[in-house]
Amino acid sequence: MLERLAPDLHSIGPNPRNLLGIEDLQRPEIEHLLERGRFYKAVRRTEKLTTLRGRSIVNLFFEPSTRTRTSFEIAAKRLGADTISISALGTSLAKGESLVDTLNTLAAMNPDIIVMRHAASGAPHFLSRYLSTAMINAGDGLHEHPTQALLDALTILEVKGSLVGLRVAIIGDIAHSRVARSNLHLLSKFGADIVVCGPATTVSRNLTRLGPGIRLTHQMREAVRDADVIMMLRVQLERQNVEVFPKGEYFRYYGLSLEHVGLAKPDAIVLHPGPINRGREISSEVADSQRSMILSQVENGVAIRMAVLEWVCEE
Amino acid sequence: MRLLIRNGRAIDPATGLDAKRDVLIDGASIVAIEPRIECPDARVLEAEGQIVAPGFVDIHVHLREPGIEHAETIESGSRAAAAGGFTSVCCMPNTFPVNDSAQVTSFIVERARRTAAVHIHPIGAISKGSKGERLADIGAMHAEGAVAISDDGIPVMNSGLMRRAMKYAASFGITVIDHCEDLNLSCGGDIHEGIQSMRLGLGGLPSCAEDVMVARDIILAADTGARIHIAHISTASSIAMVRHAKSLGIPVTSEVTPHHFALTDERIPGYDSNFKMKPPLRTQRDIDASIEGLADGTIDCIATDHAPHTGHTKMQEFERCPFGVTGLETALGLALENLYHTGTMDLPRLVQLFTNAASDCLGLDHGRLRPGREADVTLFSTEREWTFSVNNTLSKSRNSPFDGTEFRGGPTATIVSGEVVWTAEEGLVKR
Repeated sequence: MLERLAPDLHSIGPNPRNLLGIEDLQRPEIEHLLERGRFYKAVRRTEKLTTLRGRSIVNLFFEPSTRTRTSFEIAAKRLGADTISISALGTSLAKGESLVDTLNTLAAMNPDIIVMRHAASGAPHFLSRYLSTAMINAGDGLHEHPTQALLDALTILEVKGSLVGLRVAIIGDIAHSRVARSNLHLLSKFGADIVVCGPATTVSRNLTRLGPGIRLTHQMREAVRDADVIMMLRVQLERQNVEVFPKGEYFRYYGLSLEHVGLAKPDAIVLHPGPINRGREISSEVADSQRSMILSQVENGVAIRMAVLEWVCEE
Repeated sequence: MRLLIRNGRAIDPATGLDAKRDVLIDGASIVAIEPRIECPDARVLEAEGQIVAPGFVDIHVHLREPGIEHAETIESGSRAAAAGGFTSVCCMPNTFPVNDSAQVTSFIVERARRTAAVHIHPIGAISKGSKGERLADIGAMHAEGAVAISDDGIPVMNSGLMRRAMKYAASFGITVIDHCEDLNLSCGGDIHEGIQSMRLGLGGLPSCAEDVMVARDIILAADTGARIHIAHISTASSIAMVRHAKSLGIPVTSEVTPHHFALTDERIPGYDSNFKMKPPLRTQRDIDASIEGLADGTIDCIATDHAPHTGHTKMQEFERCPFGVTGLETALGLALENLYHTGTMDLPRLVQLFTNAASDCLGLDHGRLRPGREADVTLFSTEREWTFSVNNTLSKSRNSPFDGTEFRGGPTATIVSGEVVWTAEEGLVKR
């Protein structure tokens, strides 16, 4: 009989609360997070809170990020937590250590929360099976970016009041977008009427099976007509193994111009997760217009991340 | 040394035998199969309530030796085979170095002679280094014991080379086995392209990547008249094409793995790489087509594609994990569960899929239970209840999607050349 050395790595410690994706969340949990986000937004910025005093949070970013990482850091600091940010370049992964070993090492230092961004879909799900530390997914590959969908929902709700029956157009490279996936799950759970739009190489019929209320079109005008919300996605050439559209003509067919905004409802708003590529997926005129909620999204990002950090620490 | 297997239900699909028989083995040969045999000096193996079948043949395994011995060796893989009821296995050439020469082939044959618990037949590469450029030394490998050729996981994309390989192999009477995957269509994929790949944000391996190559291979078989064997067929369309090709008399055969008729992509638990293999787990429609194909003969046999990988290579981000799962020890249990206990097929047909039909795909001399034949015999029960655990596997690797699965029915004893090498009660008997 061969000797078995592989350890039993399952179920170490109590199951912590994680935020890995919107798909796993129930509507009441999302409503709670949005309500707490609204609460934190109303709290005066100068006030330093003590909600997470004595807690330590590790921000572990294996992909470049400015806004998400900064937003998590500010959120943690406003709640009184201690934060450490690590970018992948300085880690022992560069020395050939496996992801599980790196995370186990960090977890052995007993942080309360690990916030992780990783280029591989499912990396936090895979790790959470082996870790007893609470984990927040700050974006995994093409899969989900749950805090982005929450902050988008908060932004929409501030202007529109409700998501039910709201016409939302999501435009761009849907197949390669974790932002789109998280938003589709959230908006679908809340009864929005969603149209996803992009070239057929990035928008497949399988998308309509992610949840109720999702339709497809490859025509920009059809997507934006009578929309309440236009959600643009960043063109992420770095995520495409192969060219899924000729990038030179992308703006011509799927870029958002003022003319398109004119086809939407008069009070329609435009969202973009950033960073924006002016002239690639969105024209400067639209990005800088009154309709654009881009900076409001960034502001709401801090409030939502405060709500999420608080939530995973709850008993 | 004589061995008497008594009171079992003997099934030999090649002759249509299905009756209660005693089987007497003398040395390495079967000497008699009769309703009642008295032989006082023979060791007795009581087989009441069990099936006595020809030794099972698996024409598609990876034994990882030479070069990847930390995942499997010829010795460990052959023991896992014995525990699965297999008495003969054919090992794919994707080792380090690739089995593309007479030297590597003869190394495998020699290692098998010294360490293996069951018969090992090497499969040689189609092209040098499986690079898809120049033909490997097919004749020389065959002379050393290679029974077929394949570039398995690194399939030949160049149809001109494939056509020449099929013609050339035919002149030695050996079959070309193709892992049908158009690498330009499957590039970057991790699981079946469908709702699951969309949900999980994983790259898709579309069915068409397999179908395009199955179509090509059928066309080349019709053109050359040379035999082609489609490995691990997994899509309803490919099965339909093979059925049509067979109706036209084109020399094509095919196999399916147990995991492909037992699991769909919807059964993949969150990013568990023990469910990651090529071809990927597909849909219920594809499973239904596989089972129909097995029942009507479109699919000739069951093969495991046993693909051991070490724990550390499978314990990574899903997209970085290698493709493949182990399968030797769970094959019969899965076949009984999905094909026999469901009432889809009778035992003689099920036995055939593991024995003479598998053997015939490559023209091997195995899979018969008859006096005068090599005494390779598999005993199994349709009712024995047992649970598969990777903690007890005889493979060196643990990458099975069936850890913890409870089975009704499985092998009870494995006899290779007249020697009992494994029993359910005692485990590995032969050292």
